[in-house]
Amino acid sequence: MAAPTQGTREFNPEVRGKIRFSDEALQTIEALMKRYPEGKHKSALLPVLHVAQAEADGWLSAEVMDYVAELMKISSIEVFEVASFYSMYNLKPVGKCVLEVCRTSSCWTRGAEDIVVYIGKKLNIREGETTPDGMFTLKTVECLGSCGSAPMLQCGAEYHENLTENRVDALLDRLRTEGKRKSYTDLDFQNTK
Amino acid sequence: MSRKLLLANDHIPGIQSYEVYRSNGGYRSVEKALKTMSPDDVVEEVKKSGLRGRGGAGFPTGMKWSFLAKPEGVPRYLVCNADESEPGTFKDRYLMEHIPHILVEGMITSSFALGANTSYIYIRGEYFYVARIVEKAIAEAYANGWLGKNILGTGFNHDMYVQVGGGAYICGEETALLESLEGKRGNPRIKPPFPAIAGLYGCPTVVNNVETIAAVVPIVNDGGDEYAKIGIGRSTGTKLISASGNINKPGVYEIELGVPVEEFIFSDQYCGGIANGKRLKACVPGGSSVPILPDYLVCKTATGEDRLMTYESLSDGGFATGSMLGSGGFIVYDENQCIVRNTWNFSRFYHHESCGQCSPCREGTGWMERVLHRLEKGMGNMSDIDLLVEVAKKIEGNTICPLGDAAAWPVAAAVRHFRHEFEHHVLHPDKVKDPKHGHREPIMPVKPQPVTA
Ligand SMILES: Cc1cc2nc3c(=O)[nH]c(=O)nc-3n(C[C@H](O)[C@H](O)[C@H](O)COP(=O)(O)O)c2cc1C
Ligand code: SF4
Ligand code: FES
Repeated sequence: MAAPTQGTREFNPEVRGKIRFSDEALQTIEALMKRYPEGKHKSALLPVLHVAQAEADGWLSAEVMDYVAELMKISSIEVFEVASFYSMYNLKPVGKCVLEVCRTSSCWTRGAEDIVVYIGKKLNIREGETTPDGMFTLKTVECLGSCGSAPMLQCGAEYHENLTENRVDALLDRLRTEGKRKSYTDLDFQNTK
Repeated sequence: MSRKLLLANDHIPGIQSYEVYRSNGGYRSVEKALKTMSPDDVVEEVKKSGLRGRGGAGFPTGMKWSFLAKPEGVPRYLVCNADESEPGTFKDRYLMEHIPHILVEGMITSSFALGANTSYIYIRGEYFYVARIVEKAIAEAYANGWLGKNILGTGFNHDMYVQVGGGAYICGEETALLESLEGKRGNPRIKPPFPAIAGLYGCPTVVNNVETIAAVVPIVNDGGDEYAKIGIGRSTGTKLISASGNINKPGVYEIELGVPVEEFIFSDQYCGGIANGKRLKACVPGGSSVPILPDYLVCKTATGEDRLMTYESLSDGGFATGSMLGSGGFIVYDENQCIVRNTWNFSRFYHHESCGQCSPCREGTGWMERVLHRLEKGMGNMSDIDLLVEVAKKIEGNTICPLGDAAAWPVAAAVRHFRHEFEHHVLHPDKVKDPKHGHREPIMPVKPQPVTA
């Protein structure tokens, strides 16, 4: 379940009026809804929200959720209900690269905490915070299915495993040089094992 | 050398691609099933194989399939559970990433057996890149006539889709998964009705784990009897084990069920022993939800027999001195690991992942987490230890889905086997202040304890 700290926000009709996703995203959304039987297109909500989040600077505002509801011809509350349940949807703004470090047992046992502390010191932020330049957000998450190559972190679609301080340095340098927003839906991901 | 069925071709370069997979005998099971067998024949082979669900519960797959309701004119669905969120488990990811076509093949053959014309593979959202790999495999299967209309000219139609989740462990529970697949919050449903009667969109549905579905491929190819020759007793076939923690060679291993646990941990063929020359302290053999075993119950059962990697042997002794095979998430802890700390870690996980529908689970998991946290920090007292056991008992069996039990068991087992360590935290708060207390000075010598039921 998503962290309860994420709450509802003000709704601004003016902001809402200006939202429009790229044609590519709209096509993807159309195609996603066709994967389910007649009348069951609501099934596409989870994948559609991932596309929406990637289109909307990495987080789902009340306005964006309302727009998604319109695209999918369902009510806004149905969208909010789902967006607030799952941990991958951000209901608050986040940095371009969200560093999600696994903190569950197998990773902990192999030094995940040290990695969190190291990244925090390096970027001068605490867990849950974003760097002032909006580049990085540091998060801890539960087991990501990479326990055999612990410690690990996820950034967008990318899995970075067997982390050491050196590998973290190299990763952060790369991400900063690229300067791009990292989304779960990215196709050009580079995993490191 | 033990036999491999799922990972037999793992080492072949390019096995991810359709061409290489096909030229190594891929999609034979679809040809065989569709052209030479009836759907019931396939179900019969799966029954004979003795295959049990690899998602955690170990329910016989053939039996589950035969429960599927078949009302006229109502579609049936096969849904693959690729949610894999049980801490310590990463075998489905490995399989889908390295040999995606075996899943697609298994899905087609299984769907034929069940008379399902549509199937969904529900992959946890965090595995987005894996979903891409599986989607590519599906596209290749369509392009080569294994999916779509009139497959192999047999009149069987089948469409297959991938759906990604949004990050929620509870969506691994099959009814929560179906809710999620319908675009809703992942709240488990009250059973009955079971998915076999009313599942996806209220239609008859079978939900199976990735590994279970992949195992249908060798079963159809070589016959259920051949599959059943591997293993011991009611634990037939091979099993993927995800090994992690303080071992020399973490990774995914395909074992023949029945390998001794000692061999699995210490031989070079598998885990290669405890890392850094340390001693074994404890083991969680089947994912975070199963009871933890202290060192002296890992390789031997309470009655002194060799503990084997089978459903039966791992649960020998019940909850008093046994555990479970579960999902095969095999986590090993060395002498420096603090059990209190680890139990707190698991409790935090379950509290975080509780869907919140039932009060015993919603409140109880939070309560256990808080008590464990204060014990771990050296701020608890002796009565807290019994409080933990009491809260765990109140959750167990009083909830809609088994997540409640899964949260309660590890806590109860940790207190049962490592009470001295909890007491140590109460008696020596100064020694456990440092978060790395176990590392500086092993909390307690690892020594056999008298086994009491
Ligand atoms: C809280 C909870 C989480 C579960 N997570 C998974 C999972 O991630 N993958 C899985 O295959 N089964 C999981 N299961 C088991 C499923 O409910 C179901 O039994 C399984 O998918 C059936 O497939 P099988 O018979 O092939 O094992 C979970 C069960 C519970 C109660
Ligand atoms: S036991 Fe927990 S996770 Fe399962 S339905 Fe109840 S509250 Fe939800
Ligand atoms: S415990 Fe970290 S990936 Fe599983």
